[in-house]
Amino acid sequence: MRIFIQQLIFGIQLGSLYALIALGYTMVYGVLRLINFAHGDVYMVGAYIGFYACTYWLPFQRLSADPHATIMNIILAVVVLLLSMLLCGALGVVIERFAYRPLRNGLGITDAHFWGFAISLPVAFHFHLFHKLSDGFGEFLFGIVGYLMIGGIVGYALRPVIRWISLRTVLSPSRLNALITAIGVSLLLENGGWLVFGPNPEFIGTMVPERNFKILGGVIINSSQLAILMISLVLMLILRHIVLHTRTGKAMRAISHDIDAAKMMGINTDQVISVTFAIGGALAGAGGMMVGVLTHVQITPLFGLLPGIKAFVAAVIGGPGNIPGAVLGGIIMGVAEAFVGGSSLSTYRDAIAFAILIIILLVRPAGLLGRNAAEKV
Amino acid sequence: MRILLLRVIAILVTFIGLYMLSQFVTYQMDPYYFQVLIECGVYIILAVSLNLINGITGQFSIGHAGFFAVGAYVGAAWTLIWQPMVVGRYSFLQMGTLHGDILNLLIALLLGMVSAGMAGFMVGLPSLRLRGDYLAIATLGFAEVIYVLLLNINSIGGARGLNGIPTLVSSGNLALFWVFLFVIISIALSRNIMQSVRGLTWLSVREDEIAADAMGVDTTKVKVTAFVTGSVLAGAAGVLYAHFLTGISPDMFNMNTSILITTMVVLGGSGSVTGSVIAATLLIVLPEMLRFLKNDRMVIYSVILIVMMLTRPQGIFGTKEIGFPKLRRKQSKTEGRSA
Repeated sequence: MRIFIQQLIFGIQLGSLYALIALGYTMVYGVLRLINFAHGDVYMVGAYIGFYACTYWLPFQRLSADPHATIMNIILAVVVLLLSMLLCGALGVVIERFAYRPLRNGLGITDAHFWGFAISLPVAFHFHLFHKLSDGFGEFLFGIVGYLMIGGIVGYALRPVIRWISLRTVLSPSRLNALITAIGVSLLLENGGWLVFGPNPEFIGTMVPERNFKILGGVIINSSQLAILMISLVLMLILRHIVLHTRTGKAMRAISHDIDAAKMMGINTDQVISVTFAIGGALAGAGGMMVGVLTHVQITPLFGLLPGIKAFVAAVIGGPGNIPGAVLGGIIMGVAEAFVGGSSLSTYRDAIAFAILIIILLVRPAGLLGRNAAEKV
Repeated sequence: MRILLLRVIAILVTFIGLYMLSQFVTYQMDPYYFQVLIECGVYIILAVSLNLINGITGQFSIGHAGFFAVGAYVGAAWTLIWQPMVVGRYSFLQMGTLHGDILNLLIALLLGMVSAGMAGFMVGLPSLRLRGDYLAIATLGFAEVIYVLLLNINSIGGARGLNGIPTLVSSGNLALFWVFLFVIISIALSRNIMQSVRGLTWLSVREDEIAADAMGVDTTKVKVTAFVTGSVLAGAAGVLYAHFLTGISPDMFNMNTSILITTMVVLGGSGSVTGSVIAATLLIVLPEMLRFLKNDRMVIYSVILIVMMLTRPQGIFGTKEIGFPKLRRKQSKTEGRSA
């Protein structure tokens, strides 16, 4: 019984992380009917931001050196969390603006500059333009300025090409297309991460003091687990407030109901979609940061892939586009995985997600909380 | 009668031509290029077979690596595990001679194709209830379940995979022959399906499933048939690949492979067999060509993929085909005369 509850707590902690990522999936799916495969990689970027902030950017005190550093470190950890959410939200907006919006509205001239920067990133790396801050500030600045110049020139050169292409592009409403674009973005983030962050796994040491609390019957709950649960809960409540009680949230719901009608009612759909991606990215960033800083998982550029897919499965289990459904699906997924992982079948823990998925899809194709929409002819 | 004769001659010419080409190429070609060529062939089979499901029947399947894996593992299981069990009793199954190798390869192909077809049937059944994105996720999940099963079954190597598979495909310098025989079979099958009345029902399911149902098309049967046909061909590709590489591991059949095959179909233009062939070649050759860029190549590759999708959403070929329309017209004229 003790082990059961212990695994249950671990499962809920895992599940709340899945739920945070799943929320981003489900919101984007609700608004755009797009499976945003790159979402798991935004989570990865969030973890890396946590890593860099904790090890390089912010003055964390070594806990062993200074016992009074505790409060300061906790405040800094909150700063890291906010920073990670901010940057990942921005990343979500950038992805939407330059990869998914051209799918809907066609390529524009400004997109040329973005792709110029994107193409020149590997070129800059190839010629070792980038230096670490530790190599000296001058070299670092030289690298950044050089990259910006190359990217700008390439982007400017791309302008006529893009204009020529955009006049000849027939926009396709195909979902498969959007899916492949999302997969492309995901590949770009993974391989770009490989270049920028390096292929070596990184590890964040203990930044925030951890304590084990004994609750009834010898069950131990860790302060990190508690923090993850509390932060996730707070974020979910904030999200609930945004979606249900603000104008933007109302617009989001309107778009997920019928995007064309929403447009006709004067809703700036592009802007609302950007906000959706920002919120989704911020939630994924928070999840990534918490995984990195509080559970000390090894971070690699590919580590967002599997949690991303599982979170997506969680969103489908709850019913894509359905926000409470995503949370429910995430918890179910986390608990199931914790129990399978704790049993003798632990090597099958990655399969359980998909087994649940197939069963749910066969029994309730619209997800647990999804409504079964009748198809109109 | 004349048309039948022509067809027999065409098939014979294909066989002999492939055989001679295979003999010639194996001796002349650099082994590295040869390996890339064979890999292209295998992926063309996979892309064309997925195109049957995705492009022609319009079912959103993105888990093709699962069928590929089933074919590869069952084929390898025959040559490594089951064949040694029965070879004592049936000595004609002995490997080592050319005809023994071919016989074993054919048995492996048969087993691999049948089991992949069975897997396709199992995935095709839920497709009766699911459509669009849901089906995509279910197929992806199915492929992932197969992957995890392969990782965990110890008798087929688990995560280490199966090694030391006899190079049955290459014996007698026939590697190119076998692989491209199946390439031709899959292309011809797709083409014939698209031009037949049966194929029209497949296309109608893609265009509008409800309307097709109303017109009396058995949509269930069409979808399951498409899944089974596609997976049988993928199984064949798996058997050939396993017996060419001599070593397989579960990691070769993970989600990335599924996504790669789907990308080939979409990039070439869903519904276009020519497009699938060209995109498959491109997506295998491109990373090899970009190899001099070392670590940057995958970044450039993904940028090309995104830009391609944004600038040409219908794929390289759309639904167009390259073929021999002139030849076909002549043929149909003679057909008309004979009838």
